[in-house]
Amino acid sequence: MSATSARPSHAAQPSGGAFILKKALISALVALVLFSLMIGVRTEAGPQGGLIYWTRFGDLAALVATVFGGSIIVELLRQWWGPIDKDSLVPKPVQSAMSFAGRWLAPALLVFAFLVPVIFYDQRYILDLSILVLTYVMLGWGLNVVVGLAGLLDLGYVAFYAVGAYSYALLATNFGLSFWVCLPLAGILAAFWGVLLGFPVLRLRGDYLAIVTLAFGEIIRLVIINWQSLTGGPNGVSGIPRPTMFGIPLDNSDSGLAARLGIEFSPTHRLVFLFYLILAMALLTNWVTIRLRRLPIGRAWEALREDEVACRALGINTTTTKLTAFATGAMFGGFAGAFFATRQGFISPESFTFQESALVLAIVVLGGMGSQLGVALSALTMIGGFELFRGFDQYRMLVFGIAMVLLMIWRPRGLIGHRAPTVFLERNQAISSDLVKEGHG
Amino acid sequence: MDYFAQQLINGLVLGSIYGLIAIGYTMVYGIVGMINFAHGDIFMIGGFIALISFLVLVSLGLTAIPLILLIVLLVSMAITALYGWTIERIAYRPLRHSFRLAPMLSAIGMSFVLTNFSQVSQGARVKPVPPIITGGYTLHEGSQGFAVQLSNIQIMVVLATIVVLALFTWLVSRTRLGRDMRACEQDQTMAALLGVDVDRTISMTFVIGAALAAVAGMMYLLYYGLVDFFMGFVAGIKAFTAAVLGGIGSLPGAMLGGLAIGLIETFWSAYFSVEYKDVAAFSILIVVLIFMPTGLLGRPEVEKV
Repeated sequence: MSATSARPSHAAQPSGGAFILKKALISALVALVLFSLMIGVRTEAGPQGGLIYWTRFGDLAALVATVFGGSIIVELLRQWWGPIDKDSLVPKPVQSAMSFAGRWLAPALLVFAFLVPVIFYDQRYILDLSILVLTYVMLGWGLNVVVGLAGLLDLGYVAFYAVGAYSYALLATNFGLSFWVCLPLAGILAAFWGVLLGFPVLRLRGDYLAIVTLAFGEIIRLVIINWQSLTGGPNGVSGIPRPTMFGIPLDNSDSGLAARLGIEFSPTHRLVFLFYLILAMALLTNWVTIRLRRLPIGRAWEALREDEVACRALGINTTTTKLTAFATGAMFGGFAGAFFATRQGFISPESFTFQESALVLAIVVLGGMGSQLGVALSALTMIGGFELFRGFDQYRMLVFGIAMVLLMIWRPRGLIGHRAPTVFLERNQAISSDLVKEGHG
Repeated sequence: MDYFAQQLINGLVLGSIYGLIAIGYTMVYGIVGMINFAHGDIFMIGGFIALISFLVLVSLGLTAIPLILLIVLLVSMAITALYGWTIERIAYRPLRHSFRLAPMLSAIGMSFVLTNFSQVSQGARVKPVPPIITGGYTLHEGSQGFAVQLSNIQIMVVLATIVVLALFTWLVSRTRLGRDMRACEQDQTMAALLGVDVDRTISMTFVIGAALAAVAGMMYLLYYGLVDFFMGFVAGIKAFTAAVLGGIGSLPGAMLGGLAIGLIETFWSAYFSVEYKDVAAFSILIVVLIFMPTGLLGRPEVEKV
């Protein structure tokens, strides 16, 4: 697939007002045809059951005009900016400033994360939002093991999230097990499902793998919806117990934490506890991933990502390598799922749709596939950006989709686009020809 | 036996619709090597455009049903094809030489855009249409009063599929465009060196795939009598499953896979449980891929180091 097809349009980019105008006119014309029926005519089921429709030519005209204007602006910007794939030369001071920022960004973010509950103690909304962001950071780091390190495209990651959430919810509501007992169990169960998924897909590559993981995610969701006697079906599981601080409940009862410490009870205590819990879990994920990268298994993952055939030739057992990657990623997904269940207190299959998988995958890819810091930053950007559109619920996914497309075009390799192998040769090694002669070593 | 025959008919009709969508996936995969995730939503857009143009034509006073259907078919094919062209132009072409995951994510984003675009522009509620083509034949009267029915709309779906497929096969095997497409599938660089306009060929692939999806969308509308903004996702995954099952990149394989998925789904609903029909389709996909990693008619990928 190294097609370097001739692209003459790139070499001699025509410019000038007439060209821009012509292009904008064509865009507007295309938009007019595209939107003519979808926007110009609105259909709705009428009161008698039949369909009625009314026209919205005003909206259509406005949209076409927007496309016309937008096309002109984009074209002007493009000419002002120059070709996209040109490497822009960054001046030396900026470069060193950026590397300085890069070195201190992660510790600064970490310190900030620890201080969030202190700074925003009174703002429940911000605490809730940061818990959500951290959940996605953890999911992103978990999926990063599978996609970023091992290079296995997983479109059904949400299945493990669901397995973790339902494991905790069902174990806690049916057997009264506590969160701290269920957390490892949820992780183990999710890892088990990861291995189970891993087996059939061992022989598959690339896009086949993607569709099987997607199918697997859908199977899990459909089973949860339909196995009503166990999971409650579409109604979900409610009344999931809140986590306790190692046995001490965080409520306003006499044995609660507030009463024991002799301070006034506030519901924020639980939020703060949940915040530090998910922060610890996310950091654990990060720490384990960083450590694993230095172990032979982590090296094997990265080798697998770069070239599977070479990997096999070097004697790496690709079966166990793939399975451990799936299991590790799934386990973190399961932990995050258990946390999600205890935070919400209620779970239903609605929370585990393909959109979630796509969101987590987008976080990983936009974060730069393998970069821990990048994943954290892109989770922050995506979930934060998502929240900005809370008021416009209808348009939220629309904007999310447009942003995903634009970001991919702008930075195909992610916001922090690096995929540096953990190990590499410092300098070129000269190998004597004696060593590589035919018939010898 | 009668019950079996009836399910066979239903399964073949459903399979034809899946097959038409699956061809779009398999064509794009064969030539560009990417999963066009937005293709299911193109199918949905095709259904919507068929619905809207039908409504407009009826309210304009046209009464001849065959004429209306013909115009609706052409309009929805044309506009949906333009959707396919635009999407390729905006979301995929800039990423043609990028790394493998980029166009796929862009496609997932595009799929969200299309789903939510139609939700915002046409509302979230299901749009029902009264049955347009009615009547049918009773093939066999069973002893317990169970009759094997073959409705006119089923005949029409299968006939339309056959006609469209015949046209499509002619296009791929006999025309200049088809030859260019096959050349691009084998080796884009070499095709470009020999004077094939690769960009244009890829654009046309998306256009043809979208037009086929529009036919499928219209057939779905006529057969089930409803469209909604979310139908593209499930139909899209199943059609993609069909394409993979048949061996992705193989055109007859896509049709075969579509029929297989349609039959599996119908028989599973008829004899086991309706709730788990999708689970059955996906499980069979996984099982087939374990034993035949390249699908039913796919060529094994030779890997060079």
